[in-house]
Amino acid sequence: MSEIRYESPKTLKAAVALLAGASGQARVLAGGTDLLIQMRAGRVSPGLLVDVKGIAEMTAIVAEKGGFRFGAAATCMELVEHAAFAQAWPGVTDAVKLIGSVQVKGRASVGGNLCNASPAADSVPALIAAGALARIVGPRGKRDVNVEDIPTGPGKTSLAEGELVASFFLPRRPARSGDAYLRFTPRTEMDIAVVGAGVNLTLDAKGVCKQARVSLGAVAERALLVPEAAAALIGSKVDEAALQRLAAAVSAACRPIADKRGTIEFRIEVAGVLARRAAGIALERARGNS
Amino acid sequence: MSKHHVTTTLNGNAVEFLCETQQTLLEVLRDELHHTGTKEGCATGDCGACSVTLDGRLVCSCLVLGVEAQGKSIQTIEGMAEGTSLHPLQRKFLEHAALQCGVCTPGILIAARALLERNPDPSEEEVRFWLAGNLCRCTGYNKIIDAVLDAAHEMRGG
Repeated sequence: MSEIRYESPKTLKAAVALLAGASGQARVLAGGTDLLIQMRAGRVSPGLLVDVKGIAEMTAIVAEKGGFRFGAAATCMELVEHAAFAQAWPGVTDAVKLIGSVQVKGRASVGGNLCNASPAADSVPALIAAGALARIVGPRGKRDVNVEDIPTGPGKTSLAEGELVASFFLPRRPARSGDAYLRFTPRTEMDIAVVGAGVNLTLDAKGVCKQARVSLGAVAERALLVPEAAAALIGSKVDEAALQRLAAAVSAACRPIADKRGTIEFRIEVAGVLARRAAGIALERARGNS
Repeated sequence: MSKHHVTTTLNGNAVEFLCETQQTLLEVLRDELHHTGTKEGCATGDCGACSVTLDGRLVCSCLVLGVEAQGKSIQTIEGMAEGTSLHPLQRKFLEHAALQCGVCTPGILIAARALLERNPDPSEEEVRFWLAGNLCRCTGYNKIIDAVLDAAHEMRGG
């Protein structure tokens, strides 16, 4: 086996310089819960590992403009144990809690969950529904990108050579807002989503939905933002008729594969059901959050 | 390229070792530091047999590189008993016959201790969810859950 260079830079600038200057394949090492398995299986053979856990802004969870910014390499356990974050974004927190075991969450990061680019990644639909922005840093400086614009297909992202996701920003929540994420798995724990659905909504003073975002996982080559599903909720009191329109719009947006974990027909049906249930939970949270 | 020279703390003692980049913490613990209490099960982070704590955080040592342990504090099963005095979890595992082949046991004990440090009075459901990342192919889990709950009771002074 050829030797692998390991670097642990302390600044984003140094990390970007290492990634951009690498002659062979370079990989960002955050939690390593996907990368180390892929390396051992021979699916990737990087010549350089850039361990980003020593970079302060990649691991910190801080308040910013009334919202939150958290480092892309912050561990899932640190995020779910952050009481203020969990209170503000219970749906994102629920999704992060579903990523693997306690042991895996002790290492795994949301940045890794996104950049590994599995269509079934649990945190991604929740972040998309939440309207999260990813801060990308690269040789040409930094840019903020909607999370839905990063995964492009299984194992593929829109990141350019030398770029990495440094952090995520979740904006200040208006009053009467709630989010929720649900997934279907045959087991209660330690499983991969057959379908995932994230809903984030805001009510006005009369209980009418004025903003909504709906996102789906594991029903396409990447997590989907579904504006037609959000439109089914906006202007309604999230009543039975609106939920039926939501489910229909969600099912219409699905373009899943069939595999051993679920058929195409099953995934399309369950996506609608899960979106309805997630909307119900988000609604209750929004009412309690006024 | 030369090997990495890593200094770290293992069960409270300063240790140093040499490793290559791709060597996992599990391989370093067993093959370089000769602490073979930590077991390899799946080597893909699914079974929890290699559980250790890294700066107090429960992790699978098969998913950590040895070089990542630089400057950290590692706790393994070898540090659980105090001399010949077993930790209450270890005693309760014996009393409840919560093991058969024993390969999963070090990881489960480390994981259970991490739970009880955060939550001294967990419900059965909380124990089951916390230990979902530790697979046991012998016991059927009930005796393990009973032992953890009984140890928690005793440690609370019950």
